[in-house]
Amino acid sequence: MSTPVRTSRRSSIRGGETASGWLFTAPMIVLLGMFLVVPVLMALWVSFSDWNGRGSPFSSTVSFVGVDNYSALLGGGGLAEQDFGTALRNNAWYVLLVVPIQTMLSLFLAVLVNRQILRGRGFFRTAFYFPSVTSSVAITVLWLFLFSSTGAVNKLLAFIGINGPNWFNDPSGVLHNILGVFGVENGPAALTGNSFLGISFWEWLAGPSVAMSAFILMAVFTTSGTFMLLFIAALQNLSGDVVEAAVMDGANGWQRFWRVTLPQLRPTLFTVLTLGLIGAWQVFDQIYTGTQGGPGKTTLTPAYLSYQSAFTNQAWGQGAAIAFILFVIIVVFTLFQRWVLAERKVSARRMRPYLQSPTSGGFK
Amino acid sequence: MQRRNSRWLIGAGLFTVGALTLTACGSGSGFSDNAANTDGELTSDSSQGLNILIGSSGDAETASVNAAVAAWSKTSGTDAKVSVASDLNQQLAQGFAAQKPADVFYLSTDALAGYASNGSLLAYGNDLANKDDFYPSLVSSFTYDGDFYCAPKDFSTLQLIINTDLWAQAGLTDADIPTTWDGLATVSKTLTTGTQVGLAVGGEYARLGAFMAEAGGSLMNADGTEATANSAENVAGLEYAQTLLNDGVMSYASDIGAGWGGEAFGKQLSAMTIEGNWITGAMQNDFPDVKYTVAELPAGPEGKGTLQFTNCWGIAADSPNQAAALDLVEHLTSKDAQITFSKEFGPMPSIMSAAEDWKSANPTLVPFLNGADYAKGVPNVQGSADVVSDLNAQLESLKTGDPQAILDSVQKNLEALVK
Repeated sequence: MSTPVRTSRRSSIRGGETASGWLFTAPMIVLLGMFLVVPVLMALWVSFSDWNGRGSPFSSTVSFVGVDNYSALLGGGGLAEQDFGTALRNNAWYVLLVVPIQTMLSLFLAVLVNRQILRGRGFFRTAFYFPSVTSSVAITVLWLFLFSSTGAVNKLLAFIGINGPNWFNDPSGVLHNILGVFGVENGPAALTGNSFLGISFWEWLAGPSVAMSAFILMAVFTTSGTFMLLFIAALQNLSGDVVEAAVMDGANGWQRFWRVTLPQLRPTLFTVLTLGLIGAWQVFDQIYTGTQGGPGKTTLTPAYLSYQSAFTNQAWGQGAAIAFILFVIIVVFTLFQRWVLAERKVSARRMRPYLQSPTSGGFK
Repeated sequence: MQRRNSRWLIGAGLFTVGALTLTACGSGSGFSDNAANTDGELTSDSSQGLNILIGSSGDAETASVNAAVAAWSKTSGTDAKVSVASDLNQQLAQGFAAQKPADVFYLSTDALAGYASNGSLLAYGNDLANKDDFYPSLVSSFTYDGDFYCAPKDFSTLQLIINTDLWAQAGLTDADIPTTWDGLATVSKTLTTGTQVGLAVGGEYARLGAFMAEAGGSLMNADGTEATANSAENVAGLEYAQTLLNDGVMSYASDIGAGWGGEAFGKQLSAMTIEGNWITGAMQNDFPDVKYTVAELPAGPEGKGTLQFTNCWGIAADSPNQAAALDLVEHLTSKDAQITFSKEFGPMPSIMSAAEDWKSANPTLVPFLNGADYAKGVPNVQGSADVVSDLNAQLESLKTGDPQAILDSVQKNLEALVK
């Protein structure tokens, strides 16, 4: 196997092309290596070292500490573990709500503005896309004003007789609040007594805090426009004849969307979900400019915690370790949804109507 | 297969070369481990100018520091450049990692331990000509492992700020200014009306801790060697605050739509607040029409108590010209310089010899300086900032929380830091 390859490479008149190929890609490889691969590997080393932020992480005073940084986060029993657990809890709820809502909303908007009969489609497309091109810092500041205790949102709620919460200062969990309405103030002992990553299961189930909910609304508001654009592009690529065929077969609008249009959007759906997952797990700007993790640490996220551990607490190893755990989480989630969205053979149940034996389907 | 292997080899080779290059860059200075020469001579490479990094509160402070540094630069003949950091912690950290830090910089108490423990800071406190002039409690805030690291720049204490108009409207006189916890509860109740609450405070340790100090407690002992967070005194302090909250005579600023106590006070959402002397600037700029007076916080069961906050002038261990930096810091903490600073942007001088001058220049603010006699510092052990932010998170729901349980968790976290 290897011999022909080698001879062909030597003798081929195209032999020189390999060298030129390398030459032309070299600048990019060097740039990517320098600013991407090497820093990532350096950070990986830092996460296994006791580097404390002074001088080079490769100097002789820095030593390898094994998985100490990781074990402090995942089972140290101290504040580091508790903070990490809290950050994961907050971000998990954020992802759980942001990703499905923004995907559904952006698909809905895309279908809406893709309709031929809609007047002023250009206007709506621009309007929906507008939040996406505005800087997240500017939107965060706007949000802080809108959702202040005497802000526009609460004024609006007061108008319809609702006493709005003190959004960015309310650390109470939404699910806990809903349970509180039904008189459930404290969880069962099975939930409050046992804990994972330093916080009890009852706290895991608190839901996003009211403050985090405001950030969830903001994420949905800002990113739906971007994903709407992806869905519009995909929708415009679909050929009309498949839909026409479905019409001829008597499928109604609802069936056409679910059975014909949506399956064809699968690659775009995968892109949107993946980008959404990654963006939602890495949420940082909003927290940094908005709440810095407060109130009651309920808007702390792993990305912000990583920054805080490193830059304010000089726990650089732990900060890097958080970043890599976050990386693993994102990869696992992406693989999982890749598996969910994978093309599969049509199930036997679905196939049954089409597998009629020739005799029974015979002459009608 | 062969081809694939060779590709891998090339890739790995490129990567190794890259990594080695970076390593070489990182440790290029070579002598990275001998910089923390606290016992030896100070470096004095006079060819190098000084870089000063400050976290400024505003234009007044920047201009004032610039002027003071320029004056020193002129007399000493050493170049000096002041930069204002947008994110002080981050810029300091980058400088230390690159071993090209600013020579002189603002340093907060909670950042001290982290930088001191990794050898980034020069422990120059004992070399200061005026070291005995600093308030002892400030010196202990900047002492880590027995070494006095850096000269306190200035300090603030918390006291009670009273809106004089609302005070008079409620029929209260100077004789009613509270001196005990009961007195404070009573006037807070009198001052609470439909539109305003008697007392507004920030819902965090840096304000509520004053109640703990009045009850005689503190999170750690004076040396910072032992956690004392769940002492009966601290519990009593928080329980008192909880009572005021539940009686509706005290509110957190955030609960009444203000960002901090000063804003609630300025907007007259509250008749009193507990803040430090930084409030004077905010009142002057944002709420010039609100008249107020400053009183010492009422005494708790264990007498007077308050919290103090301070920053220091850090000097980098990697600075090539430590001698000049030390000289600059001595100049910036001298009586003249500190009196000028306080005139121009309001901080309280960190040296005792300037106290009388400051008091006569600021007669209405005397209670703040009086606090220096009994004020307690905030914990400065490494990692304490995290513990305090965790405490702050729990204090946000103090109204319904259990003070003992809150402080027990703080005790557990602090013990983990000092063991």
